This record gives sequence, structure tokens and C-alpha cells, in this order.
Amino acid sequence: MIEYALKHPDKLWKPLLQHLELLLVVMIVSLILAALLTITAMTSKPISNTMLHLFSIIYSIPSLALFALLIPITGLGKITAIVVLVIYNQYLLLRNFIAGLNDVDPSMIEAATGMGMSRMQLLFQVRVPLSTKALFSGLRLASVSTIGMATIAALINAGGLGSLLFDGLRTMNVNKILWGSLLSASLAIVTNGILIQMEKRIQNHNPS
Amino acid sequence: MSLKAIEFNQVCKQYSQSGDFVVDHVNLSINEGEFITILGSSGSGKTTLLKMINRLYEPSEGTINLFGEDIATIDPVKVRRKIGYVIQQVGLFPHMTIAQNIATVPKLLKWPQPKIKERVDELLNLVGLDPKEFKNRYPSQLSGGQQQRIGLARALAIDPKIMLLDEPFGAIDAITRLHLQDELMRLHGGLKKTFLFVTHDINEAFKLGTRVMIMNNGKVSQFDTPQSIVKNPADSFVSSLMRSSREQERFWEGLD
Ligand SMILES: Nc1ncnc2c1ncn2[C@@H]1O[C@H](COP(=O)(O)OP(=O)(O)OP(=O)(O)O)[C@@H](O)[C@H]1O
Ligand SMILES: [Mg+2]
Repeated sequence: MIEYALKHPDKLWKPLLQHLELLLVVMIVSLILAALLTITAMTSKPISNTMLHLFSIIYSIPSLALFALLIPITGLGKITAIVVLVIYNQYLLLRNFIAGLNDVDPSMIEAATGMGMSRMQLLFQVRVPLSTKALFSGLRLASVSTIGMATIAALINAGGLGSLLFDGLRTMNVNKILWGSLLSASLAIVTNGILIQMEKRIQNHNPS
Repeated sequence: MSLKAIEFNQVCKQYSQSGDFVVDHVNLSINEGEFITILGSSGSGKTTLLKMINRLYEPSEGTINLFGEDIATIDPVKVRRKIGYVIQQVGLFPHMTIAQNIATVPKLLKWPQPKIKERVDELLNLVGLDPKEFKNRYPSQLSGGQQQRIGLARALAIDPKIMLLDEPFGAIDAITRLHLQDELMRLHGGLKKTFLFVTHDINEAFKLGTRVMIMNNGKVSQFDTPQSIVKNPADSFVSSLMRSSREQERFWEGLD
């Protein structure tokens, strides 16, 4: 196994880099979209319930089916993978974001509102800083799930560690299978760890 | 004739369509510059009454005027920025330092930094906490009584014309409490500011109030000067309240 890596290093790091790139793009787009949707959802209960319900339905569609459904529209390749993964993430992110933001101690909300904060000031100055835990757990969940699901995206030619795995399966190459699993698992663990560290650093700014 | 700061016209509050009146057809008229203290049994609607003034709750019926203007017609954020509010649960922001907590409203109003800093120090001194020692602490690093004092300082930050104080001294020891009562009377300063102060302490209510409002079951039982209430209690609830206070006094005399 080590031998394989030494002999064909490019066969490992290329898919790894592709995977990483996919992860970064997907997470950035997911976060921007989720932030906008969350801000919209926070304006009214019915809107937030409808959104969550909608995304929970989409989330329950098997990923392969969703990839297949989108191919006629966005074709084979990265774009389709990004779109599908971003849509899946919305459920994980929104569910955690909305629950966290609504879970803030009501007396804090009352004090802030009573002092004359607008809805947006309340959201950004009080709700967001007081729900970092939930925000980060959504972020971690979505990242890890993206890393896993992105391996399936290899089936629609999006590249990444999935291609290593599927190649390995097709040609019965144990080295490829092992490296594919090992690298995707490590990527998930490392990403999770980095996010935990980021969260801790933010928490240290306000002991509460 | 002085200006009417706060007027209630037939104000009712029910939390649900079928529920009881938590505030029951209340009519009030409070002049600018009065220091109103509010007494009443737990659940009698004191907090609800206060929260309708800064539009945290909307009345189910009736109207409330501030300086002659129906508040239902004013943007709630505008109403609230003119009113200082000390909430019963204190509600300091745990992610902000004491200085940041006190500076919340000045920052919303975009005061310049040096002015904010100066004001924070001034307010901390006012509530008897050393700015150097407390400014950079977080609320979790303060005792309950110290937190309440910060809550008071925060509400006073922009020196609002109307102050709503919901049991601001509940967790404060007797000696500091006397000091804060005097500070509050000094701040009130007689003419221009209007305070509404909820307390369960009869002595405090009668000491601070230019008029005392006594609430029972959502209704105002009596709303008058301390002297008039003592002389002519309006109903059996007020009499029993007076009696309980007298009994306490006798208890102390007995110990003497
Ligand atoms: N948000 C709410 N929803 C439903 N009922 C409420 C709500 N807030 C208060 N109540 C009820 O309204 C009544 C009056 O409550 P309120 O908080 O105004 O009393 P209070 O006089 O301030 O009491 P305390 O002295 O204990 O603070 C109580 O019976 C309470 O249970
Ligand atoms: Mg109350």
C-alpha cells in the first residue's frame, strides 16, 4: 500500500486536491446561500417552517437519483455535483442555524428588543454571537457530509477521491480502494478538527 | 399644567382569546416628571403593563399615549430608543463585556467612541462599581446584585426621558439598595424625567414614589400619593397590604 503511494503519488494527490477543491467550492456557495435563506427565514415562522420542510423533502432523495435528475439540465461533471451538494447542505445548515438562532435565551432577546434594536441588529449583534455552537455544528455536519457524498459524484465525472474508489472497484485494485477510503476518511476527520479549533478560538473571545 | 407623559385609555391585555384579562381596562394618566412606583401581588400584571409601554406587547384593547401620541402609530424601534428599560431577568449579554453591555444603545445611536467611554465610566461610578475593575469583565464574572446594577446602568446610558424599571433591585443587599435608591432619586431629579418602578418592597415603593400604583388581578386598585393611600386605602386588598407592612414594623419593634 505504501509502495503504491510512492510509485504513483500523482494518482493519490490529484484526486485528493480535486476533492478538496470541490469541498471548498461547495461549502462557500452553501454558506452564502444558507446565510441568505436563514436571514429570510428569521423574518417569519411560516417562511422558516416551509423552507425547512421543503429542504427536508429534497434531503430525503437519494443522492444518486438527484445527480441523475440534474444531468439533463446541468450535464455531467462538476457543476451538477456542486449544485446537488449545495442543495443537500441547505437542510443540514438551515436546520441547525434556525434552531440555534431561535434557541437564544428569551430574556436576552427581550432586553435587546426593549433597547430598540431592529430585527437585523438583534440577529447580528445578539442571536448570531450567542449561537456559535449551533452554527458550527451545522457547518461541521455539512462539511463531513459533503466529503462523503462528493465521492459518489465521481460517478458523474466530477472527479475526486470517488474516482479512486470506483476505479479500484472496477479493476479490483485493493490499493486504490484502501487509499480512497483512507484519504476521504482522513479529510473528514481533519476538516472536522479544524472547524472545532476555529470554534474554540471564537469561544475564547467570550467566556460564557 | 405639566405635560402628560403616559396615558392609558381602557387598556386590556389577554394572552389568549379566551384567557382572563391580565391587564383589565386600565386608565391612567402620568405627568412628566413623576416617579411612579408599582406594587402588587405576583402575577397581577405589573410586567405586562410595563411591556405595553415600550411595545414589547401590544394591548388587546385600548390605546396608550406617550406625550400625547398614540404609540400604536409610531415605529416600535423609535418608541423603545426613547425609553430606558430594566428587565426583571436582568438580561445582560453574556458575549459582551460590561463596558460593551452598557454601551449598547449609545453604539446603536452611533455616539463617538470617546463619548461612549466617558459615559460608561460615569455610569459604573454611579451604580457604585469601580470602572477599572469591572469594565472588561463578562457578566458571568459578576454576582447577581452586581449584574442588576449593570442592567440599571445600561438602561440609563442615554439618559432617557422615560424609564421602566422592573424590580431592578431584587437581588441587591439592603445597604447597596439604600444607596441606589438615593442615586435613583437624584437621577430622577424632580422635573423632567418620568420613572415607572416595579417593586415588591412596600417601604421602597412608598419612599421613592411621588405616587404609588397598587395592582391586583390586572386592575389598578389604587393610584395615589403615599400619604393618601395610607390615610384612605381604596379597598380590602390595599388595606391588607398596609396591614402586612405594619405587622412587620411591629415585629421589629418587638425585637427592640
Ligand atoms: N407571555 C405570556 N404568555 C402567557 N401568559 C403570560 C405571559 N406573560 C405573563 N403571563 C401571565 O400574565 C399574568 C401577569 O403576568 P406579569 O408578568 O405581568 O405579572 P407580574 O405582576 O409582573 O408578576 P411578578 O411580580 O411575579 O413579576 C400572569 O398570570 C402570567 O402567568
Ligand atoms: Mg413581573
